[in-house]
This record gives sequence, C-alpha cells and structure tokens, in this order.
Amino acid sequence: MTIGSRRRPGALAVGALTLTLVACAPVSDSSTSNTSTSNTSTSDISSTSGSPSGGTGATSSGPDCSTTSPLLYAPGTLTVATDSPAYSPYFVNDDPTNGKGFESAVTYAVAKQLGFGRDAVHWTSVPFNSSYQPGAKKFDFDINQISITAKRAQAVTFSTGYYSAAQAIITLKDSPYAGATSLADFADARLGAQVGTTSLDAIDTEISPSQQPMVYDDTNAAKQALLNGQVDGIVADLPTAFYITAVEIPQATVTGQFQVTSGQTEEFGLLLEKGNPYVACLDSALATLKRSGTLAGIEKKWLSDVVDVPTLS
Amino acid sequence: MTETSWTPSARQRERDTFRRRQSSRRTAVALGSTVLVLGLLAYVVLSSPGWPRVRDAYFDWSEAKSVLPLVLRGFEVNVRLFLAAEVTILIVALLVAFVRVLPFAGLAPLKVLAVVYTDVSRGTPTLLVVYLVGFGLPALRLQGVPSSLFWLAVTALTFSYGGYVAEVLRAGIISVHPSQWASGRSLGLSYTQTMRSVVLPQALRRVLPPLVNDFASLQKDTALVSVIGVVEALRQAQIRSARDFNFTPYVVAAVGFILLTIPFARLTDWLSLRMTRRDQGAA
Repeated sequence: MTIGSRRRPGALAVGALTLTLVACAPVSDSSTSNTSTSNTSTSDISSTSGSPSGGTGATSSGPDCSTTSPLLYAPGTLTVATDSPAYSPYFVNDDPTNGKGFESAVTYAVAKQLGFGRDAVHWTSVPFNSSYQPGAKKFDFDINQISITAKRAQAVTFSTGYYSAAQAIITLKDSPYAGATSLADFADARLGAQVGTTSLDAIDTEISPSQQPMVYDDTNAAKQALLNGQVDGIVADLPTAFYITAVEIPQATVTGQFQVTSGQTEEFGLLLEKGNPYVACLDSALATLKRSGTLAGIEKKWLSDVVDVPTLS
Repeated sequence: MTETSWTPSARQRERDTFRRRQSSRRTAVALGSTVLVLGLLAYVVLSSPGWPRVRDAYFDWSEAKSVLPLVLRGFEVNVRLFLAAEVTILIVALLVAFVRVLPFAGLAPLKVLAVVYTDVSRGTPTLLVVYLVGFGLPALRLQGVPSSLFWLAVTALTFSYGGYVAEVLRAGIISVHPSQWASGRSLGLSYTQTMRSVVLPQALRRVLPPLVNDFASLQKDTALVSVIGVVEALRQAQIRSARDFNFTPYVVAAVGFILLTIPFARLTDWLSLRMTRRDQGAA
C-alpha cells in the first residue's frame, strides 16, 4: 500500500533520465558500494558534518548505528521521507512532525530507539514514484505504507515489516454490494483502487472481476469516483478504508476485509537505498520495539478501531 | 556541335573532381564528428558508476517484454480516444471559428460566448478540465450527461483543444485575401457559398501544418485522462512501474508515444512540401 503516487513524477523521471545520461560525469556514486565495508554512503553530499568516514564503524560485526554514523544522510540527524500529502490514519493533519498517526509514531519510536531526540528527526517530502529511483537517496528511510515484495526488493532495500496490512472493500451504504459476504459477490462489480498499491494487485489476483478495475492517482480521486457512482467499490488497506468511511465519506461502509492469500501476509516496510547497511540498525530497533510491545501499543493507539470489520471469504 | 564529340574540358573535369572531393570530405567529416560525439556520449554514460543501476531500472529487457502487451492494450485506448476526439474537436472548432468571423450582427451573443470559450479553454490546464469534466459532470447527476468514462474523456479533450483549433482555423480564414471574398461575392455567390467554396478551401490548406501539429499534441495529452480512471498506456506503465519498482515500463510507453507521433510528423512534412510545390507551380 502506498499513498499518493502521481503520474507526473513518473513522466518527469523519464525526462530526468535523459538529464542523467548527459550530465553524469564519473562521480563516485554510493550505490555502487553495496558491500559491508563502512563507507561514505552519501556523505560526499554532507561532507561538512562531524565524523568523517573510515575507521570508526569498520568493525566487521555490523554497521555503525550511532547517531553520528557516517551511514546517515546527514550524520547527527535522522532524515525520514514520506509523501505529501501524508494521509490519515498514518499521519494526522498532513503533518508528520507532530508524532501523531501510526507511521509518525513508529518513526519517532524507531528514532528514540536509535538514540535520536525528537529534534534530531528531520522530515523530507518524497513522492512515492521517486522513492525507488536509482541513485543516492536524500533520506535515511522512507515510511509511506510501502508493501514489501520480492520484486521491489530488487530495486531498494526494505527493513523488516512494521505492520501487516489486510485489504478492505469500501462501498456506499445504499449500494447493492454493501451486503456482500464473500469476494465472489464482487465478480461483476466495477472496482477501483489507487495506482501503485497492492490493493490494485489484490483486485486482479483475489477478486478478478469481469470489469477492468479503475485506477486513480490517489485515494481522493477514488473517493470522488465512488461518490459519483463511477465505481461500485474501492479497495484499500484496512486502516485507510476505515478512516475513509469513518471520517471522510460517512455514507460509505467497509463491506469487509480480506487477506491477499496468494503470497504470505503483506507487510509494510521502511524503504532504504539499495544495499544501505543502515537497514541492520533499523531492523534491530524494530525488533526491540516488537519485543517490548511498544509497536503493538502504537498500533493499538492509532489503528485499533479496525478489528470488528467482517472478513470476506 | 554533334552530341557524341563533346567531352568536358580539362578545366571542367578539374572542377568535377574538386567538387567530388569536397563532397566526400564533407560526408567524412559529418560522419566522423557524429560517431565521435555519440561515441563519447555513450562512453560517458556506459562508464559512469551509476550505469548498472540505471540500466536495471530503465532498460530491463525482460521487464520491457513482459509489460509490452499491457502497454499495447493501453495504447488501443489512446488511439480510440484521439481518433474520436479529433472528429469532435474539428466540429466544435469549425463552429466557433465561423461564429467569430461571420459578420452578422445578430450573432453578437454567440460571438461573446465564442470569445469567452476560446479564452477559457486555452487558459485552463487540460488536466484540470479532465478532472472537472470527468468527476464534476457526473457529480451533477444531470440527465443526458454521458456516463461512460470514454466519452467524458472525449468531452474534456474536445473542450480543451476546441479553443486552440478554432483559433488556428480562424487565423486561416482571416489570412485569405479580401479580394477572394470580393471576387466570390461579385460572381454572385452568397456569403455562405463564398465561405464554403472559395475561402475555406484556401484557409484549410494553409493551416493544415499547425492543425496536424495540434493533433500530434492531442495524441500525447490522451494520457492525461488516466486521472479519472481510464487505464491507458501510460497508466498501464505506471501500474507496472509502481508494482515492480522499475522504470522500464515508462520507457516502453515513451517509445510507443514517439512511434505514434512519427506518422503525423511525416504527414506534416509532406503536406507542407506539397503546398510549397503547388504554390510555386501556380506562380
């Protein structure tokens, strides 16, 4: 599940390629140095900051996870990316810095675990489409409801999952599909989803309706189509679906939730530049948060309302 | 004097060989410099440290092959869209252009409307028009509004391009010399007859290249209608790209769009060439 990918950045990306092709003089690119040796990662950009690369983290036991680790985009701060606008319930009021919303809270918990104070977390806005561009990233990790898949992992590095997402179908309350009890009931429905989401894949693999699904740039467009009757239902991850029906479209209802069964349970992961060894630091922080129950607490606080949604077989 | 006995003079032969040498030297220089520049460019790109990742992200052959059928199916939508829109645009644009040039006082309110329409349609970003028509019109829940996304998309494109094409046509009509009008009228043709048989044929011939130009631009803008849910070629590419975190599908779609516009570009070349020839032939 990813929110807020747009068409333009992709189109731009194609153009940017041309620029890259023309402009790239042989500058050392961190993406080529994927090995475990401690290196300057992206520090050639932020060379003014404290500890220069080299010896400190070179112990072969693991990467340097200190707050001034040379692996960081800007040592001393944790640079975190998400899309703009940032949607509820993952962020609240489109403001990732307030610590409210599931992903904002998770980020600050991870940061705390790694030793960063609240002030040392720096947010940057990165459209979903450019989060997986090749080349040096301008962030340490991207948190944007990005589902981990094997194919995607060929282009980027994922942390371990921090949330298992179920899919859900939203319909208008007066729709004939509102009373559906199984996925098969949607065989003739016109369904919509946001582009770049695994919800879109789920329509094809789990429901495979007779009509081609409609695809929208963001959930706002999908919501408008639902209100217009241009689609019978929209598919989104469960927390998003619940938020839409509870807050944004009161005349809609979550008909039911389902798991994407063809693979294993789908999980959201933190996205890093391909081969960035800092992922080990994030993984261990996440593992601690899971062990201590902190992660479950955050999930309960921000996403707990969704448990009583019926499951579609 | 006899045809057989003539041979080029020594001077002439000298000139010929000189010209041949010049010509082959020019060819060699052009070829050499092209190869050199392209070779350098290729070298810089291929030897750059980021190239392997760029190659994997943008030029993944297996990804391209697997996405091609999807993108082609998307292009079917693009082609149907612009073929339909070209017809409706021409109709709307002709009407608007006529209203603006006809000298009938009774048409004043329509003329005002036509001016407002051209201003609004040319000033509004096409993307916005697509949103407004695709989501706004159905939201009104009026009778008779097309419910099919395809026709909503055609409506949006027609609105957006009608203004441009109307202005092109109007410019063509105005560019026909007033003496042509006068000749038509003095031959006893009515205003409408003069317009149809004397002015419009000349005007259309003149504005064909810019007209074709607008339609080439329209072909690319068919991709904009993806925002209201129509799955066309670029959207297909985006779906795949976001699923696999690979940009190759975009490159495939880009190549497709280029191939789609090339016939139009050649058509424009040929039309303007033919026009030049005819003008010169008539002179």
